[in-house]
Amino acid sequence: MLTTSNLIPGNAVLDEICAAGEPWMGMVKQGQIFRILDLEGNQAVDTLFYNAADPEERYSAVDTIRRQGNLYLTTGSVLYSGEGRPMLKIIADTCGRHDTLGGACAAESNTVRYALEKRPMHSCRDNFMHALAHCDCARHRHMTKRDITANVNFFMNVPVTPEGGLTFADGISAPGKYVEMRAEMDVVVLISNCPQLNNPCNAYNPTPIRLLVWDAHR
Amino acid sequence: MNNILWEETVPGGNHWSGVLRRDTALRLTDLEGGANVAALFYNREEKLERYNMPDTLKAQHTAFLTAGNVCYSDMGRVLCSIIGDSVGWHDTLSGVSDAALVAEKYGTVNFQTHRNDMVRSGRDGLLIELGKWGLGKRDLVANVNFFSKVTADADGNLHFQPRHSKAGDTVELRFDMDVLVVLSTAPHPLDPVSQYKPAAVKLTAWHAGTAAVDDVCRNACPQNQRGFINTERFYAGSGRRSC
Repeated sequence: MLTTSNLIPGNAVLDEICAAGEPWMGMVKQGQIFRILDLEGNQAVDTLFYNAADPEERYSAVDTIRRQGNLYLTTGSVLYSGEGRPMLKIIADTCGRHDTLGGACAAESNTVRYALEKRPMHSCRDNFMHALAHCDCARHRHMTKRDITANVNFFMNVPVTPEGGLTFADGISAPGKYVEMRAEMDVVVLISNCPQLNNPCNAYNPTPIRLLVWDAHR
Repeated sequence: MNNILWEETVPGGNHWSGVLRRDTALRLTDLEGGANVAALFYNREEKLERYNMPDTLKAQHTAFLTAGNVCYSDMGRVLCSIIGDSVGWHDTLSGVSDAALVAEKYGTVNFQTHRNDMVRSGRDGLLIELGKWGLGKRDLVANVNFFSKVTADADGNLHFQPRHSKAGDTVELRFDMDVLVVLSTAPHPLDPVSQYKPAAVKLTAWHAGTAAVDDVCRNACPQNQRGFINTERFYAGSGRRSC
């Protein structure tokens, strides 16, 4: 469902650009509002969420899908943890559909999907590994590859047909589209701004995204 | 079948784990109809390598599994291949029940009153088995639900197909790596049946040999051909036969 937000960037407590193909890691506290903005359009944003107090509790794609009885995320969708607790709720969305099944590209899966010699390319899983190795918020929580699970792909379009087919379709996002969610607990956010060049998930041209956080509504 | 290694029955609502070696196969038989087997797969040599739902679906451009499909690890290797299937559709999207869902649907049942007629969630069954191998919640990822069919309509809404599997239906997995297999036979989380009566499942292991050059799963798509090359490289030089 398409819904806009009336939050003003000037009031945000965090306003950062994540460059094309780069990882980003940060905190969003309970009640704060987190916006991901697709600056140039059709940019897949691979995103994982962890309970900041106990990262063993993390976003679960299958629990989220099963609880809402639907594969796609949009306004009103609640992102659930494996413990069955709401982690974030999507409260604004000008794109309309976000993916839960496509996961992250990886050097290893690229060898399967495209060609054995595609291994050395940048990938989301390598971005996740890089962020976990360098971000204080990951090191202090002893987060590793073990904590990488099926992620959300904001702005990505992976339609499933009634016959069970699955394809990476051209994006439905566009420059300036955004998705906004309210944290229902303190969460660690781990993002790879997808560097994939082998399929249309980034329109073959990965681009920057803008990340904003607002404090809880008074 | 004359090369059976072992056979075992897992009651409905129960759970099981064990290692299936490369070149062995496992047949799951739905003994009563309407069974569900939640399954997870780990490389027993390096258990950080595990079944990856998105990679499995993306590589094969499918949202469900059937004969000819393989289960990919997150490292681009083939953990197991579906070499036989009388059911036609196995769910990959819906995860498992948890204790709250089971209590809400079936009421609270404990050992004091019901002894081994256990009413245990899929999640708790998987966690118990994972714990036996030093694994836990961090290792619990999106699972396969063998014998269950869940479709999605054009808007993404899920539809559970009741009693999709019939008594006697089977699915056969050939293990292409040494794999830790973790199973729960609790009901599918979207199964609307209000009584807790999950079906028992028979496990039959046999010596199947590794995937031949003309193997159906290997040649189902170029992606699988490359997945098998990655898998064979992992075992190269181990003195173990590869095709």
